[in-house]
Amino acid sequence: MTAVIDLDHVSVTRGGRLVLDDVSLTLAAGERLALIGANGAGKSTLLRTIVGLEKASGTVAVLGERCSSEADFRHIRGRVAYLFQDPDDQLFCPTVMEDVIFGPLNQGLRRQEALALGHALLRDLGLFHLADRVTHHLSGGEKRLVSLAAILAMRPQVLLLDEPTNTLDESHLGIMLDILSRQSAAMIVVSHDLPILQRLTERAVILRDGHLTAGALHRHPQWIDQVHLHDLR
Amino acid sequence: MSAGLGIPVVHSRHSPIERLSGRTRVLVTLVIIVFVTVAYRPLVLGAALCGVFLLVLAARFHWADLRGRLMHVEGFLLVLLLLLPFSVPGQPLLALGPFTATEEGVLRALTVVIKVNICVLTALAMLGSMDPVRFAEAAESLGLPPKFARLVQFTIRYVSVFGAESTRLMESMRARGFRPRSNLHTWRTYGTLAGMLLLRSLERARRVEEAMRCRGFTGRMPASAAQSAGGFDLVFGSAFACAMLALLVIEFAT
Repeated sequence: MTAVIDLDHVSVTRGGRLVLDDVSLTLAAGERLALIGANGAGKSTLLRTIVGLEKASGTVAVLGERCSSEADFRHIRGRVAYLFQDPDDQLFCPTVMEDVIFGPLNQGLRRQEALALGHALLRDLGLFHLADRVTHHLSGGEKRLVSLAAILAMRPQVLLLDEPTNTLDESHLGIMLDILSRQSAAMIVVSHDLPILQRLTERAVILRDGHLTAGALHRHPQWIDQVHLHDLR
Repeated sequence: MSAGLGIPVVHSRHSPIERLSGRTRVLVTLVIIVFVTVAYRPLVLGAALCGVFLLVLAARFHWADLRGRLMHVEGFLLVLLLLLPFSVPGQPLLALGPFTATEEGVLRALTVVIKVNICVLTALAMLGSMDPVRFAEAAESLGLPPKFARLVQFTIRYVSVFGAESTRLMESMRARGFRPRSNLHTWRTYGTLAGMLLLRSLERARRVEEAMRCRGFTGRMPASAAQSAGGFDLVFGSAFACAMLALLVIEFAT
């Protein structure tokens, strides 16, 4: 199967500290991967590296293209969508609809086309009632769902989800899981919630202090048993 | 658009002003403010005030919102109206102990009050219901440098977020027993608060910029079709130009 993400011996240093240490990882098209690890293990850094927000050594190939410069990553962004951990960082437009169409407009769609896409998407996700709401007046759960809608509007091939279900109540969690399980895009999901990861993903890798302990968990039917409690704190 | 600005806006129901393009609205506002700044004839200022009242009517404000907004300005102007007559030399009009109000002072105060009201009402009528994206796009299309337009747009968008963040930090301080007093601890705490706000703002700005880049932002906001002027802009613009020409003739040519 074609690899949509291929990291080869990638390391990231920040403030003299090795945040990612010689990480190699492959994600196939349509595959769903759980990324587990303790706080500060480097999970978000790994996702940020894939979209070019971190300077890294090693080889980063995304959607078959080797990316090293900002221009390279600019080319793949949108096709690889990154859901930020804090929805307040993601939503910056005055209204929900403006935020949802921001990505499609950057992809070159005309405003009317982007609006039509935004309307259809919000309707499909059951969020149409939020279309004219002011983004920073939304509840925490609504902000998360709208953030997800904003990245799905770019029709990505890969989703990088940084703790997408954090702080969601039962109702919003149900909507979020329903939306995510309907996606055909490949995805990497960072979460501390094992039942949710079990439901959404097929395999898992663990980050410990910047090291990826992959392989052992690949394709393991009972991978969840091998996750140490330490990794979830 | 309902309420796009990050700050509380004056709500206007679907109004003729809303049908104008953003460019026309910003341009008309600028022209009126510049003209009123240089105009001095009472007749011209009176006529301009009447014209602006028409704009306010056309904007179909909720009067309660408008009154709330104007209260801040009028309070300041009331102080000006009371003090200025006593501080401008001229023909004595009224003596209160050692203080004398003059005709010139009263005239000056009234002129300032009328000018400020024209400017404020114009800005509220023309721009009050515009969201920051439209406003920045309109200003950019009128020649404002793109970087400055982004700065305006994000300042408007994030001013309330900044306020909310400072409120949260203040509440966190109060929850741990902080009571402001006039002592070194208080000033040091306020210094820490200001520093923390600055740091958090910088961090947030960096993350927002990254999120925008992840969605294809390359430094320019995507163009909006909503900016193109239509027939209604032409009709409004023509009427406005005629009115301005008449006022200019009265002010400078008579």
